[in-house]
Parts: sequence; structure tokens; C-alpha cells
Amino acid sequence: MTDYLNALVVFANFVFVPALTYGCQLALGSLGVTMIYSVLRFSNFAQGETMAFGTVITIMITWLLQSWGVSLGFLPTALLALPIGILVTALLLLATDRYVYRYYRTKRSKSITFVMASLGVMFIMNGLVRLLLGPNDQNFADGERFFLTADAFRAWSGLDEVLVIRTSQALTIILAVILVVGLFWFLQRTKTGKAMRAYADNENLALLSGINPDRIVRITWIITAALATVAGVLYGLDKGYKPLSYYNLLLPIFAAVIVGGIGKPIGAIVGGFIIAFSEVIVTYAYKKVLTYVLPTDMAPDGLVQLLSTEYKFAVSFVILVIVLLVKPTGIFKGKVL
Amino acid sequence: MTYLVGEGLTGGYGSGPSILNGCNISVDRGEIAVIVGPNGAGKSTAMKSFLGLLNLKEGKVTLDGRDITKLAPQARISEGIAFVPQTDNVFVSMTVEENLEMGAFLRDDDFTDTRDQIYELFPILKEKRFQLAGQLSGGQRQQVAVGRAMMTKPTVLLLDEPTAGVSPIVMDELFDRILEVKSTGMAVLMVEQNARQALEIADRGYVLVMGENKHTGSGQTLLADPIVRKSFLGG
Amino acid sequence: MSQRPSNAPLHNNTIRASLAFLVMAGLLILIGVSQSWALALTILNLCIISAIMALGVNIQWGYAGLFNVGIMGFAALGGLAMIIVSMPPVKEAWQAGGVRVLLALIAMLITISAALFVHKLLQGKRLHGWLIALVILVGVVISRYVLDPGVAAIEAVNPASTGYLGGLGLPVVFAWIVGGLLAAGAAWLIGKIALGLRSDYLAIATLGISEILVAVMRNEDWLTRGVKNVTGLPRPVPYELELQQAPWFINLVERLNSGSLMGLNSTDQAAVLQTLVVDSASIFVKLCYTGLFALVLIIILQLCVLALDSPWGRMVRAIRDNEVAAGAMGKDVTGRHLQIFILGSAVVGIAGAMLATLDGQFTPGSYSPLRFTFLIWVMVIVGGSGNNLGAVLGGFLVWLIWVEAEPVGFWLMDALTSWMGDGSGLRKHLLDSAQYMRVIIMGAVLLLVMRFSPWGLLPEQNR
Repeated sequence: MTDYLNALVVFANFVFVPALTYGCQLALGSLGVTMIYSVLRFSNFAQGETMAFGTVITIMITWLLQSWGVSLGFLPTALLALPIGILVTALLLLATDRYVYRYYRTKRSKSITFVMASLGVMFIMNGLVRLLLGPNDQNFADGERFFLTADAFRAWSGLDEVLVIRTSQALTIILAVILVVGLFWFLQRTKTGKAMRAYADNENLALLSGINPDRIVRITWIITAALATVAGVLYGLDKGYKPLSYYNLLLPIFAAVIVGGIGKPIGAIVGGFIIAFSEVIVTYAYKKVLTYVLPTDMAPDGLVQLLSTEYKFAVSFVILVIVLLVKPTGIFKGKVL
Repeated sequence: MTYLVGEGLTGGYGSGPSILNGCNISVDRGEIAVIVGPNGAGKSTAMKSFLGLLNLKEGKVTLDGRDITKLAPQARISEGIAFVPQTDNVFVSMTVEENLEMGAFLRDDDFTDTRDQIYELFPILKEKRFQLAGQLSGGQRQQVAVGRAMMTKPTVLLLDEPTAGVSPIVMDELFDRILEVKSTGMAVLMVEQNARQALEIADRGYVLVMGENKHTGSGQTLLADPIVRKSFLGG
Repeated sequence: MSQRPSNAPLHNNTIRASLAFLVMAGLLILIGVSQSWALALTILNLCIISAIMALGVNIQWGYAGLFNVGIMGFAALGGLAMIIVSMPPVKEAWQAGGVRVLLALIAMLITISAALFVHKLLQGKRLHGWLIALVILVGVVISRYVLDPGVAAIEAVNPASTGYLGGLGLPVVFAWIVGGLLAAGAAWLIGKIALGLRSDYLAIATLGISEILVAVMRNEDWLTRGVKNVTGLPRPVPYELELQQAPWFINLVERLNSGSLMGLNSTDQAAVLQTLVVDSASIFVKLCYTGLFALVLIIILQLCVLALDSPWGRMVRAIRDNEVAAGAMGKDVTGRHLQIFILGSAVVGIAGAMLATLDGQFTPGSYSPLRFTFLIWVMVIVGGSGNNLGAVLGGFLVWLIWVEAEPVGFWLMDALTSWMGDGSGLRKHLLDSAQYMRVIIMGAVLLLVMRFSPWGLLPEQNR
């Protein structure tokens, strides 16, 4: 019996909790893509770099705060810097809209033109991020490292194996829940949120109803900035800031959006978790779990890993391909064609 | 003085050729005016000139005696003109109630009584208030669309082919509703393909050909006119 | 974007093109005179390769409005072709694990076929997607079960110098063709899946496949030696060292420089001749590459022109100008798009193989989306989308700017910050970051050209 419990704890520690955290981060990033998609009607390739930019600003403010001796106790100081990171990112996104996308919007260009423009924006941000903070990895997490320590868990459970929850993981889950609930409340209950849905649903009718499109677009960019920055900072706190990893998030994010149904906020969240859990489950080495579950003489020799972690985006890609083949509208019937 | 008047309307879309060539259309409060005519006669275009979606080269539009020719579409909406497009005229992913709420987007006051009035006018909408508009039948959708347009408490309602694509029974029901809308003191201007039925409820009828008034008169007069019957109503 | 401008000035295009290419030649000569001829030729060779890649992308974008964000992957496939075609086979490695690798490849092919079969069989039924996922999962498990011991055995064979299977040992030119074929195969697969859906799905799918292809090349040491790189790829041109010893070459150099050698005594003459021979050998090799690459460029360019003037080309242009109308007239729009996508990717693959040939090595770590996807896009947009000559010009110009931007950027930043003093931390930071400025500048160039001159330097000719 304890063997099974131990196996379960190992699984929770190395698969469930990390996947849940990663899923939250992906969900927030994907929500940003889906928001831009439903209001501005293009796939925003700059989302990954937007997350990186928000994170960089937050890191710089965090360092400034730390140099002043400001801290949040057991929570990371980055939380204090987060609002400023969001603000600066929002200003940058509003500037890109003003100087890049608005022109194509008034010209009613094809969506592929927007996508290409977003590629240009992506690389400008890519350079900007490295210009500001350099190409190196940064660790900016401070405060208490663990939310649930190994000792505390062992004392409580008496098992050999431990479940450890890092502060960054707990924080990711809590913040993601708050943000998602807040976003859905905004979209379902407030007048502006409903106007946003109306605009996404039927642009011409929204204009006839007196909804101001410029305002809707502005609010969309601000929300995207908030989602991207929070997702980026949480990812950075959890796994350390690596400039390239934000570019690599682009594929899982797009996969999540399409799996869930493009333009559907709920789809982006579900898609995010599907991608995250698939990635972690497929790339985890099950040797330890199986050693507990199976009889001693059947214990595996190898790592029992389906796919090495270098190929984790192959998982996103395969899921993406299956969805495109089977149901291009995604789980929640998003827009297609 | 008639409430909404378009006089000598001439113009087209953007810098394109003129579609309207000096046509005159007007409607008073508590009246229904119907524009009929063959395909490509400029029926919908004439209606859109009241909404300001047209580049008018000549002519003017007045509302209650005031010249609104130069006003932008958005401004005309706040002046009390409401428009129901022919297609895509509801927010399909939103509930009936949310559709009405969006109709009242420009209003900052309490609009619950307006909403209740609309529910009284269209009882089916009250019944389905929490359903998505996209799940309703064609006729019900049209009612949502008219209801949405009426949320701004407009004085003029412009309807672009409200009965396009619905069954004859639903069409009769819709025309009954429109008569009720008229009785609230609204000026209703509509473009219709189902000319005969529409003219039956019309106080004013306009037969447009090539962007010009061909025949004008009350609905009954036009229905009785043998030339109109022969050329436009199929005998 | 992909449609022809209705009122762009097109009559003076020939003059414009000749002028633009004259300016390019002038710039290269300037580099030759002021820096060195070897550098000018290196840049020229890369310019030609860039131009071919841009041509491939232009086929997709200009002819069909297809947005390929996976250029990197197709170029890398070309590089891979160099290994599997032109490197000599490693016999011990083949004996150690060759059979298992082949079996695993067969297992993978069966997996893909089985997945496609399930897809066809269950179209529209429940559990459709799950069963495909299951088939793939089982396929991966089986192929890895077969592959892993083989891989371990192969990689154990003399890991410092080989540790991989090697290739077929065929002449380099075959590798270029195979590079095109490999890229075409990948394009067929992606196109089958993503074409006919929303236009941005193709962009996302190509982004995905290119990341995966490069990841495979970085990690599958048995195939590409991974990050250990494969060096010493065979060349289609002579080696510098051989040239330096070849009597005919020394004679040639002597004759060409007889004027400057005349006045010297015999000891000096020998020494000067020695350096001249070394320099000339490197320039001669580069010139050989230039000739070879230029030949490929001209052939592809000519084929493009012929294709566009054929009935096929007319149909392609008809589809591009009005997809709906062409579809209504019974033209198979998706099928045509698939052909164009495959052709364009094949051209990119050929260029990728040529690049590996020029480098003389295959370095999976060097494939970055910035260099291989984004830069090529800037070339296409700057040159003039839809115009083949424009793409070539864009390839030349943008590559030149890209190469020269780093020293110029550094120099500029150095000059601008010199007042700060050498000890300044900010100055050091700014100097370190000068290299990122060129990324930002390239992004800005892309956006500015898209906005203010969407038809690029050489707009498409009206026919």
C-alpha cells in the first residue's frame, strides 16, 4: 500500500504539480493570443516575445526594489514589480498598435498581413529584450523558496517520497485562478467586457450599436499585456529567465489556442492544460514510479521515458496536427477559415 | 412637416457611380414607409443614405426639420435613428438579453423599462432571454434584431428586408409585430422583397427603379394601381 | 500584400533593376578595395545563397500568398542532405546499428501510414483523434524500442571523430538535389495538413515543423553528430592547399603578376610569389563557388520565368488574384497551393545544402529562426514580393546590410558613447548590446517597407 502511495507522491511531485503550473502559465499566454485573435482577428506571433519583454521590465524593477532594500517577506519581490511591468508592456503594445497594426486595420488588410507585421514586431521585441537585459539567463526569484517543504510533507505523511511545492508553483496557480476569474467576470458581467465580446462577434453590428472600436482594441491590448506579463514572470520565477525559452513557448501557446478553439477564452485555458499535461506526461521518466508499483523483479532498467525533453515541442506539434486533421475548429468550436 | 425626409438624394458608395438619382423618400412618426422595386434599383442604398453610409452628391436629409445630411453614422444613431441590417444582425454568441443590452450601449441611464417594453412587444424574447441568439430560429432572430435596434429609444427604425428568408407564416407574424412597433409612435422605413404583403401594411409606398421614384403613394393606392401590379407585383 | 499593385509605376522596372544591381556590384567592389577581395567574395557567395532562399520563399509568398515561418527547417534539411549523401559511410557504425536504424525508420513510416489510415477510416467518428494519438504513441514506443540500442551502438563507434552513420559518399551535386527533395517531402506533409485551412495555420504549422526538424538534428547524434558537428564535408571545388602546390596554378599566378614580380631579385621573388599563391588560391576557390552558385541561381531563376509564362503559371496567377473566382471556375486552389508550397520549399532546401557546402560543415546549433527565417523574409519583402528579380536583389542587399551592420553598429555605438569614458558600465553594456541593434533595425526595415513601400524595391511586372 505504501508503495502505491509513494508512487503516487512521486507522480504528483514530478508530473502533476509541474504540469499544473506549466498549464496555468500556458493558459495565461494563450488567453492573450485568443483575445487578440477575437478582437483584431490575427494570430499574434509576437506573444512569446511580449511575455519576455514584460518579464524583463519586471526583473529590472525587481532589482531596483531589491537595491532599495524593499522585499515582500516570503513572497518574491517580483510581485511588487509586476504592476509596473504590466504598465510598461501595455504602453509598448499600445505603441505597436498605434504605429503598426492600426494602419492595416483602417485599410482592412488580410489577416496574413497582420501576421507578417506581428513577425516584424516579434523580432524588434526580441532585440529589445536582449538589448535591455543581455542574452544570459537570470534568476530573480527571492523570498521563501518552498510553499510546502520536503520536511513538512514527510512529517505529515511519513512516506519515503516527498511532495514539494515551490512558492513559485503555488503562486502561479493562485495568480492564474485570480486572473482567469477576473477576466471572465470582466467579459461576462461588465458593460465594457460585453461590448468586447459583441465586437468580436460582429464588428459591423457593434459599430451600429455605438461601440467605439478604438477603445475596444486598446483595452484588448492592455489585457493582453497583463496576461502576457504575468504569464512570463510566473514562468521566469518557476524556471528561471531564459530569453530563448519565451520564443520556444510560441508553439505550445498556438497549439493550446487551436486545440481549445481559436477565439474562445475557455478553449485557451483547456488547451493550455491539455498541452502542458501531454508534454510533461510524455517526457517524464517513469522509472521511479514503476519501481514502486511493479514487483521487484519486474522493475525497469531504463528510464522508461517516451520522449526526451528536447522533443517536448514535438508533443505540442503532434497534438496540433491531430486537431487540424480531426477538428480544425478545436474542442470548443472556435472560428475556422 | 414630415418627420424624416430625404430630398433629391443623389449619390453612391465612396467615389463610385451614382446609384441614386434624385429620389425622394419620407416617413412620419406612427407610419410605415416601404421601399420596393426590382433588383438593383437602389432600395437598400436609399435606406443607407438615411444612415449616412453613402456619399451624397446632392440632396439633403432632415430629421424633425433639422438638417442631418452632414452627420456621421454614429451621430445619427444618437439622434434617434436605428438600423436593422438584413443579415448578421444579432450577436450570435451572446444571449438575447445581452443583445438588447448592447443595443443600449450608448445609454447611460437605466434602460430596464425600455427592455421590458420590448419584451412586451416581443413576448418570445422574454421567454428566451437567456438563450444564445445564434440558437434561435430565423423569425426569432429578426425580433431580437429589431428589439436590439429599439433599445436606444429611437424615433426612426430602418429595416433592411426584415422578412428575407423566413417562412410565410413567420413573415405575417413579423409584419404584425412591425405594426405594433409603429403604434408606439415610431417612424418605420423598410425595404422589402415581399412587396405585396409589405405594401398592405404600408402608409407610404415607394417604387424605385434605377435610383428614381417611379411610383409613389399610400400602400393601398399602389396595390390598386394596375401598372404597379403588372410590373412589380406579378399581376 | 500578395496582389499586384494597380497603379504602381512599372514601366521603368528594367532600368530600376539594372541600376539596383549595378549599385550592389559597386558596394561589393568597395568592400573588395577597402577591406579585402576574399571578404567581398565570401559576402557575394552568401548573397547568392540568400538570394536563392529568398527566391524559394518568394515563390510561395508572391505566387500564392503562402506564409512560411519555417524556412529554417527547410534550410536545415538541405544541410542534412549534405551529410547523408556526400559524407563517406562509416562501416563500423553501419555494422553496429545500421539494421536497427533502418528497421526503426520503417516502423516510423508504418506509424505515419497507420495514423493516416485511421484518420481516413474514422473521419467524423467519435474517438477519431484519440485513436490517432494512440497509434502515434504506440509507434513511438516501438520505434524507440528498436532504435535505442542501435543508436547506442552507433554512437559508441569512435565517438570523437565519427559516432554516426555517415552518408553514401556520392558527389556533392547529388546532395543539393536530395536537399531539395527532402525539403519538398517535409513541405508535402505540412501542406497536406495545413493548406486549405485558415491562412495562419500554415504559418503556425511551418513554425512547428522547423523547430522539430532542427531539434532532431541537434539531438540525434547517430544521424548528424548533433552539437559535435560534422566537419570536412566534401567539396565540389579544389582545396586551397592542393592549388598552392599545383604547378599549373603557380604558373598562372606568376604569369598574371609578372609585371610586379619583374623588378625583384630571385629570393624576394620566391617569397612574394608564395604569398601571392596563397592569396590567389583562396580567391580562386571562392570564385569557383561563385560560378557554381551563380549557375544554380540562373537556372532556378530561368525556370521560374518559364513556369510563370506557362499555362500553369497563368492559372497560379489567376488563383492568386482572385481565389474565390478561380475556385468557382473549377480550379483546384488547394492543390495548386500545395504544388507551389512544395516547389518553394525545395528551392530553400537546395540553398540550404549549398550553404552547408560553402561552410564545409554542418552545425545544427547554428540554425536560428532569426538568421534563417526572419532575415529571408526581410529579403523577400524588401526586394519586392512577387518579383523574382526583386527577391534576388533583396537577398543581395539585405545580406550585405546584415553582415556589415554589426561592425558599423559597433563603431557607431563606440563613437556615440566615447564621451562616457572607458570605465563606464553603461558604455560597456551598450557596446555589448550593439549586436542586438541590427535585429531591431531589421525588424524596423521589415515594418517600414511593408507599410510605406509594400511592393518593395522592384515591384512585380504587370503582364
